Amino acid sequence: MLDKDGIAKRIAKEVKDGTYVNLGIGIPTLVANYIPEGFKVVLQSENGILGMGPFPFEGEEDADLINAGKQTVTLLKGASIFDSALSFGMIRAQKVDLTILGAMEVSETGDIANWKIPGKMVKGMGGAMDLVASAKNIIVAMQQVNKAGESKLLSKCTLPLTGIHCIKKVVTELGVYDILPQGGFKLLERAPGVSIEHIRNATAGQLIVEGEIPEIVI
Amino acid sequence: MINKSVKNAEEAIKDIKSGMTLMVGGFGLCGIPENCISALMKTEVKDLICISNNAGVDDFGLGLLLQTRQIKKMISSYVGENAEFERQMLSGELEVELVPQGTLATRCMMAGYGIPFFPTPAGVGTEVAIGKQLINWKGRDYLMEEAFEADFAIVKAWKGDTAGNLIFRSTARNFNQPMSLGGKITIAEVEELVEIGELDAAQIHTPGIYVHRIFQGVNYEKRIEQRTVKRK
Repeated sequence: MLDKDGIAKRIAKEVKDGTYVNLGIGIPTLVANYIPEGFKVVLQSENGILGMGPFPFEGEEDADLINAGKQTVTLLKGASIFDSALSFGMIRAQKVDLTILGAMEVSETGDIANWKIPGKMVKGMGGAMDLVASAKNIIVAMQQVNKAGESKLLSKCTLPLTGIHCIKKVVTELGVYDILPQGGFKLLERAPGVSIEHIRNATAGQLIVEGEIPEIVI
Repeated sequence: MINKSVKNAEEAIKDIKSGMTLMVGGFGLCGIPENCISALMKTEVKDLICISNNAGVDDFGLGLLLQTRQIKKMISSYVGENAEFERQMLSGELEVELVPQGTLATRCMMAGYGIPFFPTPAGVGTEVAIGKQLINWKGRDYLMEEAFEADFAIVKAWKGDTAGNLIFRSTARNFNQPMSLGGKITIAEVEELVEIGELDAAQIHTPGIYVHRIFQGVNYEKRIEQRTVKRK
């Protein structure tokens, strides 16, 4: 099984040189640590940054310079700053090449739920609905089973939806999946030491296994 | 040039009345109009409807106006990080309307572009779509979202001149710029108010035509919500 960093490392292999990428909060943020050295990847933060850099050195924080997680950050050379409307304009216009975000549930038809649990305090969708509705290439980073051992890869989401028919790829602690246009989770790779049987038991939606499934290499 | 300058926050907000709708700039605690929020706290104004991406924290930002029970409704995209907010929301004292962040920013901006509504794919197929017109354009579904109508927009800029021209600093630009365009009356508080002619016209983010009142704020705290650093 992969740990959180393992999931992030595997997703980092999907990041191509010379692209603009938006990383969500949680495991997606870790992906930045594993982008190959020398790759020219520009990170977008939806509060209005292209070219987000690492955290500042102690004493060099600037209250006016934060990321979408409200953390103090820095800018890389060549960065730009813009307002929130333009930031989502470039997302809506599909200028951002890749979006990586977390999820509570994903369905076999590419629906995603990641913002609201009925009965619990609702914090809001932030920019998630805008991102999933518009991004041309979304990878979901998530745990495949919840604490109760139940699968979060479902035939149909049970939680309130964030977007419909928008997710094409999912990376979990157990495997890498494509969501097929006609529906279904097509297993592409499995985590080291994890059996197909294990994955089958952890996938409530339709699982498609064809031929030999290689182990994830990270 | 028309002189838009007023003395201070108290003068700028003096005709904000109970029940009015306000756009309040900032993202988290970054770039919030600290002076105007403090001035509103000292008034008897209540039942405000606040359009703001977030609702501050318990003891700062719009959280202050929640403490004093001056807000009736929040229209936001993300409202975590605030225990008093949570209490008022769960007890039904506070109404909350959640709007996707890009839709929220665009609805603020559109009011200043003279565009009454716009189609967006954000929220199609979700509970955000309930009660909204859905249109299909070239095979894709969109929700029709309206421009906000706010009695006042209250924003914070870095520099401004007495003609109301504004320049924002770093990511404190966030919602301040789109909101500065969208108020029936826009109030701008700035860190530095200069005379006309001192700003480079080509560097101005919001032209003064959108700004009705401007003043130089005092005692900016600029609180950091998540101080993340690396060691030297």
